[in-house]
Amino acid sequence: MIKYLLVFVAIIGIAVMFYPLVEDFGRSTELHPLAQDYVSGSVTDLNMPNSVTAVVVTYRGLDTLGEVTVLFLATAGVGFLLSRKNRIVAVKRHGSEFLKTGASFLSPLIIIFGVYIFTHGHLSPGGGFQGGVVVASAILLMVLADLSFTFSHGLLHFSESLSGAVYVLLGLLGVILIGADSFLDPRYLPMGVYLSLFSSGAVPLIYSFIGIKVGAELSSIIDSLHEEGGD
Amino acid sequence: MPNIMALILLIGLSLVAALYAVFTQKTLSAVIASGIISLSASIIFLIYGAPDVAMTEATIGAGLTTVVFLYAMKQTKGGDDD
Amino acid sequence: MLVLIGGILLVIIGIWAMLARKNIIRIVIGFSIVDTGIHLIIVAVGYIQNATAPIIDSAVPFEKTATDGIKLASKVVDPVPSALVLTAIVIGLAVTALLLSFTIRLFKVNGSLNIDDYEELKW
Repeated sequence: MIKYLLVFVAIIGIAVMFYPLVEDFGRSTELHPLAQDYVSGSVTDLNMPNSVTAVVVTYRGLDTLGEVTVLFLATAGVGFLLSRKNRIVAVKRHGSEFLKTGASFLSPLIIIFGVYIFTHGHLSPGGGFQGGVVVASAILLMVLADLSFTFSHGLLHFSESLSGAVYVLLGLLGVILIGADSFLDPRYLPMGVYLSLFSSGAVPLIYSFIGIKVGAELSSIIDSLHEEGGD
Repeated sequence: MPNIMALILLIGLSLVAALYAVFTQKTLSAVIASGIISLSASIIFLIYGAPDVAMTEATIGAGLTTVVFLYAMKQTKGGDDD
Repeated sequence: MLVLIGGILLVIIGIWAMLARKNIIRIVIGFSIVDTGIHLIIVAVGYIQNATAPIIDSAVPFEKTATDGIKLASKVVDPVPSALVLTAIVIGLAVTALLLSFTIRLFKVNGSLNIDDYEELKW
């Protein structure tokens, strides 16, 4: 009985904690000055239509670096906790013929769609994280349909670590080529024409490598969960 | 407020699914209910003018999170009902 | 305003699910519900009335002003909360996967998913 009372008190405490947010929630009709600075900077300085990409890659680039680190730690933790011994009693249920045919037709299309999303991240809604997750879901389809596609763990780990290293190197190139105090500044490649693919500096390159890294990491998580063997 | 009927419908759906996920007896139904919450949150993000966030939430919330839960339930032999 | 209250209610229901259930997988589901609620709160704070998505192509015309800025023909939504929530969703998935792999290891040690059976650290 005392436990229910304590749970009730905790819930009421959390509701009271959120109350000031509701209380002075004025409906805003003008952009904040900082947001106005970011939106106008992304069109004039960086030549990029998608302001959210400008904020994620350039103006808040260190947060993206931290997030990539957290994803890497989580993948390493999952891979460490779940052992990958092969099953001794291999009672694998093969997928049906329909599933195999459909999956072998659809998976390359889904991978191409994912690559399109993360290379055009600066022109339309999308970017590295969304494209990486779409590529990982294509690999999940291939794993579930049990195609005779042996997972090469070495290639996965190699491509993931290579993408991470290239991402940091591209940021350091900004320091070398532009000057001190400009880590992850993408203005050392030409700005290009507005709304074309090769525009706004090094941002397509940076986002593509982030996309490859996220896709490889999520595929590695799915692979560790799938192959968890017996005791 | 854009299209207030759609917003009320979606928020009502997500709250009903959340209450169902807390009170039901079978674990599998709770996993599917959490997928429904992520899907309606993705549509709310789209109505509120954030298409990047809507794409990310739709693929991760209603796709990969449900799959990871189902893998965990398979490895722990069905997930005992509460 | 409606979405803000909906997000707060989702957070409260999720925390209640974490506190009141005994099965470990149900506790992790509650954690995922709390995550979704917090993302709804953040996006609801950054909304401007009658504004569109912050992507400035031919649908949102602009012109350059004298002080090296631009002036938009129609209003756009704040891009900063979108960027923060983008990061937060991916990290939420990573933490959920880690929690579930801990659950699988605990199950292999003891054979039960009830949290009342793991009492070695209680005093």
